[in-house]
Order: sequence, then C-alpha cells, then structure tokens
Amino acid sequence: MELTIISGKGGTGKTMIAVALASLSNNSVKADCDVDAPNLYLYFDGNDIKKESFYAAKKAVIDSRFCTHCGICSTVCRFDAIYDYKIDEINCEGCGACALVCPEKAISIKPQKSADIFLTKTSNGMLSRAKMTVGSDGSGKLITQLRKNARKYLEDANILIIDGSPGIGCPVISSVTATDLVLLVAEPTLSGINDLQRVAELCRHFGIPTLVCINKYDINTNITGDIKNYCAEQGITLVGEIPFDETVMKSINELKPITSYENSPASIAILRMWEKLKEIVKAIQQRKIKEMDENLGLC
Amino acid sequence: MKIGVSSTGQAISSSADPRFGRCSHFAIYDTNDNSYRFISNNAQQAGGGAGIAAAQQMIDEDVEIILTGNMGPNAYNVIKGNGIKVFRIGAATIEKAIQLFREAKLEEISEAGAAHFGMGRRWGGI
Amino acid sequence: MNLCILSGKGGTGKTTVAVNLAVLMQACYFDCDVEEPNGFIFLRPEHITAEKVFVEYPVIDSDKCTLCGQCARACQYNALAATKKNIMLFPTLCHGCHACEIVCDPGAITYLPRPVGSVEKGAAHGVECVRGIMNVGEHMAVPVIRQLLRNLNISKNNILDAAPGTSCNVVNTLRRSDAAVIVTEPTIFGLHDMSIAVELLRQMNIPFAVVINKSQNNDAMIQKYCSENRIKLLGSIPYAKKAAEAYSEGQIISKLPEFHLSYASIADKVQEAFSWN
Repeated sequence: MELTIISGKGGTGKTMIAVALASLSNNSVKADCDVDAPNLYLYFDGNDIKKESFYAAKKAVIDSRFCTHCGICSTVCRFDAIYDYKIDEINCEGCGACALVCPEKAISIKPQKSADIFLTKTSNGMLSRAKMTVGSDGSGKLITQLRKNARKYLEDANILIIDGSPGIGCPVISSVTATDLVLLVAEPTLSGINDLQRVAELCRHFGIPTLVCINKYDINTNITGDIKNYCAEQGITLVGEIPFDETVMKSINELKPITSYENSPASIAILRMWEKLKEIVKAIQQRKIKEMDENLGLC
Repeated sequence: MKIGVSSTGQAISSSADPRFGRCSHFAIYDTNDNSYRFISNNAQQAGGGAGIAAAQQMIDEDVEIILTGNMGPNAYNVIKGNGIKVFRIGAATIEKAIQLFREAKLEEISEAGAAHFGMGRRWGGI
Repeated sequence: MNLCILSGKGGTGKTTVAVNLAVLMQACYFDCDVEEPNGFIFLRPEHITAEKVFVEYPVIDSDKCTLCGQCARACQYNALAATKKNIMLFPTLCHGCHACEIVCDPGAITYLPRPVGSVEKGAAHGVECVRGIMNVGEHMAVPVIRQLLRNLNISKNNILDAAPGTSCNVVNTLRRSDAAVIVTEPTIFGLHDMSIAVELLRQMNIPFAVVINKSQNNDAMIQKYCSENRIKLLGSIPYAKKAAEAYSEGQIISKLPEFHLSYASIADKVQEAFSWN
C-alpha cells in the first residue's frame, strides 16, 4: 500500500503529518521525496545501510583536444548553454544537438552525478532518502528510484509513506503516478486553497484516488468552508480537520512525532484521521485483491 | 513470429513482470525455432517516456505479440500504431506465459490501462 | 538591482516577505514560482495583460518522411517513437531542442508552437507586478520562468520571488539575480534547508543575507549558524497567530500597525546591505 502526501503549497504541515502517520502505523517504509529539502531523517534516527551515487541528467562535454573553435555547436544550442566554446552546465539540458553537429565529434553527452541515495534503517522502519548535489536537476527520475528502493521493503511493512515536494512539476508527478492513494494537506489560506486546486487537478489528470485533510483549519473558518465545498464538488473525501496547535511547534523543536503528545488537539485530530484512513485503505486493498483474482482466473 | 514478454529476470523460469515500461528485461520468444532470447529493457533508465522507449524497443525487435500485465496509454498507442497485439498476463513464469498464449488462454488488452502502472502495486495490512 | 527571495524549505514566508518588501521599497515584483504563484493574491494587481508562453514541437511531413526512425533515436527524452507506419510525437516530453530536425535527412521536420503557460502583468500599490503561470500537467517550468524574466527592466529595482527548494526553477531565477535574501524559520528544518540554499548561493557567487520569519524568541540556532558562517542576519519577524490569519486573507501584512515596524526595518537593512539605490 503506497500513500503519497503532498500539498501544492509548501509549509502546510505535510512532513509533520507524514511523520505522525508513520509513527502510528508502527511498521512503515518511508520515502522522502521532497528531495530539495529532505527533512524526514531528522525525525528518525538510524544507520545508513546503503549509499550509492545517482546519475541522472545528461550534460554535454566538449573534449578540448578536438575542438577547433568553429562555433557550430553554439549556433544549434537552444538553451544558451554554449559560449566561449565551453558548456554551461546549469543551462545544458543534455539534448545532444551540439554533439550531432560537431564536425570533429568533439562533444559527447554524459550522465552527471546528481545525488547520493541512502537507505537508512530507523527504529520506525526503513527510510529511503537522497541528498542532491546543490543546483542539480533530474528530480523526477531520482524520486522514481527512491520509491523503487523503498518498495523492496514493503513486503515486511504495512505501508509505504511518501513525503512529496511542493509544486506541481516533475518531482510531484513522479511522487503520485501509480501510487495507491494521495493525501493532500491543505491550509485554509487564499494561497493554500489556490495551490490545493492546482495539485488536485494534477491528481485527477493522472487518475489517482485523492483525499484531503485541512491543517490549522481554525485559522480561517471561511476558507476552511470553501475548501470543504471544493472537495464536495470534486468528489474528494475530506478525511481530517486538524486545529492550529502550538504543541506542533514544540514537537518540531523536540523532533518528536506530534502523536507523542497525547493531549495535543492536533494529535487527537490526526488519530481520528488515521482511523478513517485505515478504513479507506482496507477498501482499496479488497478491491485490488478482487481484481487480481479476476486476472488470475484467466490464467 | 516473435513474442515479447516483460520479465523480472533472464531465465525462462523468471516471473513475468506485470509492468511494461520499467521491467528489467524482455524475453523474446521465436515461434519458428522455439527459442528464447533475453534483452535488457533500455527504458529502465529513462528520465521520462519509459513506456514509449520500451515500445520502441519492441518495434525494433520486430515483435508481433507482447505479453505484459499493464501498458500505459503512450506505450499502447505506439504499439497499436505498429499493429502489434498485446495480451494480459498475470502471475506466471516466462515459459508458462508463452504456453498460456499458445493455448489461447490469455485476454487481449484492447485499451490502455493505467499510466505509470509499474510504480508498484503491493499491499499489506496496516 | 535584482533581488531574489528564496528559502530552501517551502512555507517559511518567501512570498510574504517578497510582496511586502516590493511594496515598501517600491520595487517591481516578479512571481517566479510558476508552478504555484501566489504573489498576486496579496498584491491584487489591476489592468492585467497576459501573454502565452509557447514551446516548439516537431511536426513531421509524412510525404517526405522515410520512416528511418533517426529522429526517435536522436531524441533524448523519448518524445518520438518510430512505428512501421508513422512517427509518433509525445509533446509534453519534448524539450524543443531540434535534435530531431538535425538528424532528419529528408528534411521532413518543421516546428509549431504549443502553449505551456502564461506571463501576466499588472500594477498595484504603486508597483509593477509580473508573474508566470505554468499550465497544470506540464513537466517543465523553465520556459515559463525564462519568458517571465525577459520582462525585467534592468534600470529598475526588482524583487524576484523564487519557487521553494534549490533545483532548476530556483537556479534559473538566481541566474538573473544580483543578490539574494534567504527567508528561514527558527526550526531545525529551517536551518537544515537554509544551509542547502547557502551552498547554492555560494556556488553561484551571489551575495546574500538572511531573514528569520515566524520567530518566537528562539532565533539562537539560526543566529549561531549565521555568525559561525559570517552570514548577515537582517532581522527577525515575530510569529503571531494574527499574522497567519491576516495572511490567510491575503492581506499585505506590513500595512498592519503591529507588523509595519519589523518589515520596514528589514527593508532598510536590505537597502543598506545591498547598496540599493
């Protein structure tokens, strides 16, 4: 069972909730797919049992031994990535057009290291995470690999929780494609509802079952109402409403899941949400088993 | 004729892979001489468009039939455009998959399934 | 002078700070977070003009095409597939690089534009407001960011509100920036993610300073990091539920008496730090 947690907008409390759910499930595999700002491992102490280099984006490389400074390469580059007969690695998109036209065959496109990937064994289960080399791209492919690494441990765990990144681009797309369930963490602000709608549309575009929870709902009950209306219109199930709670800040500073604070109103709301989630997950699993049986029946 | 099967490994005893775009290997079975060849799936390392790249590889291998679990819309359109037929396989070894096909026990996939299916479908209790 | 506001971590208050600085300093505001642009929610600009952002995609002339498949082979993004009957194109994967055209012997490839987003301009609070919006479902924000930033008037002062994180969207915004302000929050996450942003700025050689947002008299951790790393700390904006509520309504918070002083002070310090004219 894979659950992806995203928000559209940053800072809505996605990671706080991911940590809480991981803690409640007792045996979860986690994938920290917010690769620009990976924070999950700060909560879960553990040992790195695996580390490997990850190569993604290809970049052009000019072999200066063969370069005759004819300049033809820079005339075909659409990304302003060649000047002074040198490749600008930041702009280069690895398309290979320059390599195709170079009369001396002095240009090749080579994959660059964009991250270190880790498998970290924590007391709460395995954590798949990455540390990107600064300014690197290729996040979509990296996220696919992080999920793949995490999935190997899903046999022994109950659930794979994917902490996604903000936005609606490649990294988010790679976090939600073919996951079983998406949980959108919304905040009741004008920015929040705006971004929620965009990311919900993305999920619909890819046909993924989507749920919403509203964090800090009492900051603006009007907009909370608007979010609820939006969910009803779109047929998206609202699974949780979490109140603003100063204990959350405390839990972040103490690096403990919010669910460790029994009397915290946020914790109580998240527990209630967890019960609802379990029901939904069960229903999905039963439907999938049925589909699988039908398929096997043909064999 | 040649049949391509998405595979988790390089032996006829390997399990067929329900994913198409990002399976590790393809088995190419030739009905003329009952032979098997295994090739690595080029699309595994693709940043995007893995299904398309895998479909392209099948076309380049002159395959007429594909056996797989699920094929996304992009790959399916490429395959269909080449007149290749796709049949759905469940849990089976490569050898068994070919046998089931020859016994006409497999259902033809006539429309594309979920995109990005091969991102994992496992489950357990919570 | 182009000043970029970035954060590493999402949700620290980049847009809040960027919008308020733009108004206080009367600088043009550019919303470079084209996946989730929010600046206009606060600025509410009027007289909006919009232009579409296009990227090119290849069109194959089937009369000239020999189905050799070289184009599909040359494409690094799997945007083209060669079947026995035709060449298929998958537009959202296409980067518009023209590699296919280069390898096409019969010259069967031409290009047409397709829209991937838009750039909107307006004015509010005495400043020009410009934003980029990427269409949902598109994979690449960079063409939108690039077109957005072509509107930069270098004889004016500009505030560039970056996307969260430190990858290509932010890098492309920083390329047009002369200086930067990192907005962080006084938590271990804020510190952790700020250090990633610091590394990026140092690599790109961009002078920068830090602002702490949502402070609850717990700035010590960030202060220590800044002093150890010789980073200028421009100020600290206090956390207040009232601020969150005002933000939720899309208010320009520096117009509220309780917050005006913090923001005005930071605006002054920014001008001082970067010799703003």
